[in-house]
Amino acid sequence: MSSNKAVFKERIIKQILTAFAFSSLLFLFLIFAFILVEGLPLFYKAGVKNIIFGMKWAPTRGFFGIFPMIVSSFLVTFGALVIGGPLGLGCAVYLAEYAGRQQKMFLKPALELLAGIPSVVYGFLGVLYIVPFIRTFFGGSGFSLLATSIVLGIMILPTVISISYDALMSVPRSYREGALAMGSTKWQSTWRVVIPAAKSGILASCILGMGRAVGETMAVIMVAGNALKIPGGLLDPLRTLTSNIALELSYASGDHRLGLFSTGVVLLFIIMVLNYFANFVIRRTVIK
Amino acid sequence: MRVNPRLTDTLVRHLLNMQAYFTVGILVIIVFIIFIKGISNCSLSFMLTYPEDMGRHGGVFPAIVGTIFLVALSILFATPLGLGTAIFLTEYTKESLLTTIIRFGVESLAGIPSIIYGLFGFIFFVIKLKMGWSLLAGALTMTIMILPTIIRTSEEAIKAVPKNLRIVSHSLGATKWETTVKVVLPSAAPGILTGIMLSIGRAVGETAAVIFTMGSSLRLPTSLMESGRTMAVHFYILAREGISMEKAYATALVLVMSILAINIFAYYMMNKVTAKYS
Repeated sequence: MSSNKAVFKERIIKQILTAFAFSSLLFLFLIFAFILVEGLPLFYKAGVKNIIFGMKWAPTRGFFGIFPMIVSSFLVTFGALVIGGPLGLGCAVYLAEYAGRQQKMFLKPALELLAGIPSVVYGFLGVLYIVPFIRTFFGGSGFSLLATSIVLGIMILPTVISISYDALMSVPRSYREGALAMGSTKWQSTWRVVIPAAKSGILASCILGMGRAVGETMAVIMVAGNALKIPGGLLDPLRTLTSNIALELSYASGDHRLGLFSTGVVLLFIIMVLNYFANFVIRRTVIK
Repeated sequence: MRVNPRLTDTLVRHLLNMQAYFTVGILVIIVFIIFIKGISNCSLSFMLTYPEDMGRHGGVFPAIVGTIFLVALSILFATPLGLGTAIFLTEYTKESLLTTIIRFGVESLAGIPSIIYGLFGFIFFVIKLKMGWSLLAGALTMTIMILPTIIRTSEEAIKAVPKNLRIVSHSLGATKWETTVKVVLPSAAPGILTGIMLSIGRAVGETAAVIFTMGSSLRLPTSLMESGRTMAVHFYILAREGISMEKAYATALVLVMSILAINIFAYYMMNKVTAKYS
């Protein structure tokens, strides 16, 4: 009898755990369903072309163009990559190939702690230090593409560093030993052998860093200036997709609110494409 | 012209070294600025008194309580769900299409930006389920947001437990669940705790997802259905609306120091785990 009871209990537990495991899929489904249900109708009503390629955002008067925000989101993401990419990769290479044990024990946690600083703090310090610096030395208001790129460049560092570090560390020791045995210097072995071998992981780290930058909101609102046009230069203010949502959600109603959900649909689409590419790149390495 | 490889090697080594310390320098500078500017306005009474005049004077007591409530609730919801998922993925099933799909779901959740969580929580919990801007809506949104972290770290921790322990336990007649609860989970506990700590750090620092679900009321929330304000939201409002720079710095100090302390503890736990199994 008691063994029957035990079998029964095991079965119940397994069913509960299965239900738990499906919760993530359920949440993912709910998120997509609700964002799409709220966001898609406006695409019919106002026209896909008028939203995605529309230049004017005046939601209370029926203009839902988010093209400048799409362009701005791409620009700041690219800017973040230009600033954070090389710096992050340099750190990862140093940690994986050059740093001694003791140095690593200190550097690695310190670099990972950067990820814990809340985005509002990055934005705040950006406003108080980076924006005035740009205003003084380069002109303009300081709230600009450049300021946003610098802040986001710093914010993507932990992502770029930790993922490319893992990629570098997964290159077998024998590769390095082989290169060194042939008489190459440390850098020659790193540049010609280790980095090419870790190429896909490094690429994935950059794509995921871009995902982080494109989705960042609070820091961007604070330093970007939030102007509703395509920035003409590095010193012009801009508004990204994420800031558009966060700036207006608390008071929007009716079609205006739907417009913000449409913005969310476009943002979600960009994020999914980036994540898909990152996964694709990583999986290709594993198979190889 | 032929470049001397040894010279290049030395130059590169120094260049990369500088990059690494420059990056650590950014962290040090951020913490230093916040500390220097915030310490003069930050005291025990700042943490224990109510704000006056939108936060221009007084302290941040309700925001601290709001943060603790939000974090405690979301950890309470997310830990059983996340741990259950991790146990299912590692102990109760083999790698299959099903686990691939579940992992895909977890990875996708992890990649969704916080403002999308804010949008979703706003339309689903606040509007459709009629919770209003409330502690509960905020905690449920945050639960979904931290779930991927808890699942992934728990899975890693459970996987790291040696197979032998399970085999011995089974051979003594223990069922799968008894083995999981009495043998596997205790060994994996530090790793699981690391995931929970990292999630707490994330929830404490989050703004975009919280402000549209929990709202930003400055009163002390006394029930699940009341709005409240976390430290991060309070700091954002102080800074963005230019209410008071002194109070903003002091709030940032409390915020950053608590997150650093939580994360440092998390890494300490993680190091203990890696030291144990390698």
